[in-house]
Amino acid sequence: MTGLFSNWRIRGGVHAEERKTSTATQAIVTDFPLPKKLYIPLQQHVGKPAEPLIKVGEVVLKGQLLAHSQGMISAPVHASSSGVILDVNDYPAPHPSALPIRMIVLETDGKDEWLQTPDIGDPFQLPPEDISLRVGAAGIVGLGGATFPTAVKLNMGRENRIDTLIINGAECEPYLSCDDRLMQERADAIIDGVRLMLHGMETHSAVVAIEDNKPQAFAAMTAAALPYPSVKVVQIPTRYPMGWDRQLIRYVTGKEVPVGCRSSEIGVTIHNVGTAYAVHNAIRHGRPLVSRVVTVAGGAVQRPMNVEVPLGTLIADLFNFCYVSPEKTARIVMGGPMMGDSLPHISLPTVKATSGILALTQSELKDTDEQPCIRCASCVTVCPAGLRPLDMANNIRANQLDAAVDIGLKDCISCGCCSYICPSNIPLVHYFKYASGEVAARQQAQHKSEQTKRLMEARQARLDRIAQQQKEEEEARIAAKKERDRLKAEQEATV
Amino acid sequence: MMTHNKPSSGAHVGANRSVRQIMWQVMLALSPATVFGLWCFGWPAVFLFSVTLTSAVLFEAFCIRLKGKAVKPVLLDGSALLTGWLLAMTLPPWAPWWLGVVGAGLAIVLGKQVYGGLGQNLFNPAMLARVALLISFPIEMTTWANVSPLFFADSPSFADSLGITFSGLQNLDAYTGATTLGYIKTEFSQHRLLPDILKDYSAVLNFIGWTRGSLGETSTLLLGLGGLWLIRQNIIQWQIPVSLLMTVALLSGVFHLLDSDHYVSPFLHLNSGAMMCVAFFIATDYVTSPNTATGQLVFGAGCGLLIFVIRTWGAYPEGAGFAVLLMNAATPLIDHYIRPRIYGRDRKGKPLEIPKP
Repeated sequence: MTGLFSNWRIRGGVHAEERKTSTATQAIVTDFPLPKKLYIPLQQHVGKPAEPLIKVGEVVLKGQLLAHSQGMISAPVHASSSGVILDVNDYPAPHPSALPIRMIVLETDGKDEWLQTPDIGDPFQLPPEDISLRVGAAGIVGLGGATFPTAVKLNMGRENRIDTLIINGAECEPYLSCDDRLMQERADAIIDGVRLMLHGMETHSAVVAIEDNKPQAFAAMTAAALPYPSVKVVQIPTRYPMGWDRQLIRYVTGKEVPVGCRSSEIGVTIHNVGTAYAVHNAIRHGRPLVSRVVTVAGGAVQRPMNVEVPLGTLIADLFNFCYVSPEKTARIVMGGPMMGDSLPHISLPTVKATSGILALTQSELKDTDEQPCIRCASCVTVCPAGLRPLDMANNIRANQLDAAVDIGLKDCISCGCCSYICPSNIPLVHYFKYASGEVAARQQAQHKSEQTKRLMEARQARLDRIAQQQKEEEEARIAAKKERDRLKAEQEATV
Repeated sequence: MMTHNKPSSGAHVGANRSVRQIMWQVMLALSPATVFGLWCFGWPAVFLFSVTLTSAVLFEAFCIRLKGKAVKPVLLDGSALLTGWLLAMTLPPWAPWWLGVVGAGLAIVLGKQVYGGLGQNLFNPAMLARVALLISFPIEMTTWANVSPLFFADSPSFADSLGITFSGLQNLDAYTGATTLGYIKTEFSQHRLLPDILKDYSAVLNFIGWTRGSLGETSTLLLGLGGLWLIRQNIIQWQIPVSLLMTVALLSGVFHLLDSDHYVSPFLHLNSGAMMCVAFFIATDYVTSPNTATGQLVFGAGCGLLIFVIRTWGAYPEGAGFAVLLMNAATPLIDHYIRPRIYGRDRKGKPLEIPKP
């Protein structure tokens, strides 16, 4: 009967088993031993990869700029510790494909020595534009997983004169508790970051939304926000995917973001609590984003924990520290178990987007024994975007990708609710990811063939034109010759 | 080093409810009413029930074998057993054994497997079989045994029961009669009026299920409770049962108020096991009902309307099967027109407009 009484502002969603207690009850571990080598990808954000400005062999300090951002949407990359640059080359990316991308390899010297930065005094005296500049220069991106450059978002918020800043403390993914711990332990810093963001966007009201399964985080944040009337802390129901920005915006403000719009266009901007913490560090202490809190959990982890690691730390180092049993590990997942991607191996670095690394055992995984769809429509009920996953999957299976696009393939947010609930174990999200990739590839192929056709036609036209020109020249030549001959004949006749 | 080469998308974890569990939970919800029915109608009912379920499973196995697939995993999902079970519940309890076999064959082969198996069929297999049987064998399908519970002195013995099920019923009239709805229909043709006809009707006995009727469809109480449990377990949603029952209640209420001599009261309509069985177990079949909550409301209301029309003015007093089949046929249409609104878009699929500040 829940359908009758549920809040109209929440649509769909599931209540997955949380499995957060193993990590949420203990403090963030801060004494992670500094790895010998750090692998720092040049692309840890949405947009263009950063451009390296160091040379191999150069000695760098912690927080020193290694690669600067290029283009409108991009972010710089900094040294996560002090040491020597060993290499700038292609290494496997923390991505399901593990295809190589450009990375800077840093050999740490063990001193972990920070680059000294000048004190800026009271940041609230700085002009708002200066806040965005500093946030941009610190390499801060959305730490909830979207990794959109934060400075760009601050600028958009300021330009669109938004009225509400929402701080996403939902952390709705099972297993993950890094935001929860951060809110419990570093609430003052987060609230300070929130106020700095407000200043940077010239906005006067912020709402921190925390799922009601984190009462301690809520209490800590409420206490920290007490002196500041501009920052309100609220509890929201625990229901995945509450942390989906658009779901949260609708729940908090009652507004729905139209398809194809940025939320700032309707007067709202949303940032993650981790991002707010990073903003605090960047502005107050002049420290760029070089580390983050990562949840390491799952049945195969003997010492599950939240641990603060320098960016670029290999997952293998992290797993050693947390005693992950390789025999028990059936799947390695980066991110949460709902939206995260499986990784092929562990010689991959942690990056700005890494909120968690899970080592899951076979018994934790969803059954893969696929059965026929019984049209139970659970997937329709749980879809927060209002799609019909079963029909989309049918279309994709029949290779009717256009039909799938027509009924909303591009509106799918890959939240995984449909795959989670499906009693027939149909990997629906896998279908949708495949189809989206295929649609993009087809469009590209079509674009390419059109381009080729246009070039062919242009060439043909050019050849025709040249032939025509030659023909005309030839005719002109013949005509001229005739004329010459005629004149010659006339001349001879008169002579 | 750990390596896992098969990439997989989320969700990596899942709700632990499989197709098999769903089927078994539905059967569990059916069992109180079934056990009560089997007890009420004695050994012949037990024989018919066993024959129908066994043949449903055998037909399924046969079809899967023809397809060249492994039989065991398909049988274990319980869907064939459930189809057979639902069919058996709707058969007259003392019907001959071959009726169960033919019915199971129709349900599994024609109702389900020819469409491609589980999840592909347009019509509810059990209802398809029941309606086909009703049209083909009208006498056998409308011969209703009196309540004659197991271990009662007047009830047929084990040996007699074997005779009833496997070599045909002798001396029919001594053991049989009409169902309430059938009786009303017959008496109307004798120009009698409702208050007169229903002199012997006992609401309480009907509520418990101590009355003539289909094998497992007599008890309003037990079927209703089973259905409510399914809703509580989140196996079925409330939309179809509620809109179906409300529609029947509303329509029969209006007509009963207008002319209580010719139109049965809503209480009598709803106080029937068959109505509960259809509302909670038949119309809610996932495969043949709409996908969206609104669509399900429409579907349920349509079923209710048709049930009332067929019961009241049709030739078959037990018209629920026809009503469900007709609405099954309308399901693709309902799903085509009633779709959920996509986030950030209007009902037509256009992006929402940006609100003016």
